Amino acid sequence: MLRVENLKKSYGDNEILKGISCEIKEGEKIVIVGPSGSGKSTFLRCLNLLESPTAGKVWLDDVELTNAKTDLNPIRQQMGMVFQHFNLFENLTIMDNITLAPIKTKRMKKEEARENALTLLRRIGLEDKADAYPAQLSGGQQQRVAIVRSLAMKPKVMLFDEPTSALDPEMVGEVLDVMTELADSGMNMVVVTHEMGFARNVASRIMFMDGGHIVEENDPDNFFEHPKSERCREFLSKIL
Amino acid sequence: MEQFNAAFITDDRWKLYFQGLWTTLEIVLFATILGLAVGTISCLMYMSTSKKGKPTVLHYIAMIYIDIIRGTPSVLQLLIMWFIIMKSSTNGVLVAVISFGINSGAYVSEIMRGGIQAVNKGQLEAGDSLGITRFTTMRYVILPQAFRNALPALCNEFITLLKETAIVGYVSLADLTRVANQVASRTYQPFMPLIGAAVIYFVIIKFFTILFGNLERRLRQNVTC
Repeated sequence: MLRVENLKKSYGDNEILKGISCEIKEGEKIVIVGPSGSGKSTFLRCLNLLESPTAGKVWLDDVELTNAKTDLNPIRQQMGMVFQHFNLFENLTIMDNITLAPIKTKRMKKEEARENALTLLRRIGLEDKADAYPAQLSGGQQQRVAIVRSLAMKPKVMLFDEPTSALDPEMVGEVLDVMTELADSGMNMVVVTHEMGFARNVASRIMFMDGGHIVEENDPDNFFEHPKSERCREFLSKIL
Repeated sequence: MEQFNAAFITDDRWKLYFQGLWTTLEIVLFATILGLAVGTISCLMYMSTSKKGKPTVLHYIAMIYIDIIRGTPSVLQLLIMWFIIMKSSTNGVLVAVISFGINSGAYVSEIMRGGIQAVNKGQLEAGDSLGITRFTTMRYVILPQAFRNALPALCNEFITLLKETAIVGYVSLADLTRVANQVASRTYQPFMPLIGAAVIYFVIIKFFTILFGNLERRLRQNVTC
């Protein structure tokens, strides 16, 4: 479904991604872990071209995103993204946050979009916040709204960029619950996170990144119990 | 008292001040609207980049416009508009509106640029990631927030503009300042008309300051808790 070929990204002389290739198949839940500065977030942001790669190619199904002629908007509508800092539209109500994209891309009529938004809000138990503004919600609530804002576009795949890193510890759980539920419903997911418990329970495959490379890929059990590379063992011994 | 009568009561002179005030407000109101429109467009031009992140031709056009306006006195701009560019026009108010609108636009442009740059970069990224056009994100998310950020500075610009219209006497428009000056030269008693005009300016500006303060507070309510 998602295919990446020899992806490179540099900022000036600083090469962050040093040639990454991988394929993500239908139904997979990929969790990317690794130390800070290893290029995890940059890699994720290259998948929907929020960062434009210096070299390499990215495909969603058979459309090449990195081709200059590709209109990115229709592609991005199929790829939801959740940010570390939520990035809800501060000047819009929760309802408008969720319905803006479906309405403006003409995917849904206004009424349909509102119905859809209410269903989604009910799913995360926040239907009473529809008319509130983002600043009136807690961090955990904002992040759950940010997740359903992306879901409102009915994407094929969801990208999560450290979705719980900016949250108070007691709010991490509620966001991870929504994500776990989403994974159980069969959504394709690529998640950058430091939550090892989540990685272990939800991932179908874990990628370990370091120094701009994917150092190791494995299923969760083998990843945590029998890491192959020395670097990965060292990383795990520090965090577990 | 006698001076007061000469300045305001005799020959119903108080009516002149109101006419003058009306002219002032007329100019400043339409010039503000024009300035906001020109300024927003100029700001978007200034900030426009090509796909590779390089400034566009539009950027340079806006830059030259801002440079020229900020680099020349507004009295001269008004005179040039009146005697050269729009010399066939007999509608002085229109000339003043256009001249001040274009003048104010340059300052509004820079104010709006500050307002846009103060909007969190994540807002634009969120729009991009949802696959809505940059135009939609600008229109519904970035500009409303930028406007809110810029409101105190825009209010300041409005007040500056209101006082700056006192120079329209140069093109023989009877605004508040010119009316006061005319009365003073007719009565040979400058104190009352000039102080009177100053008080009127002060009250009007105080009124607008309170108005903008309320607007600011209302816009802020939703955002900070």
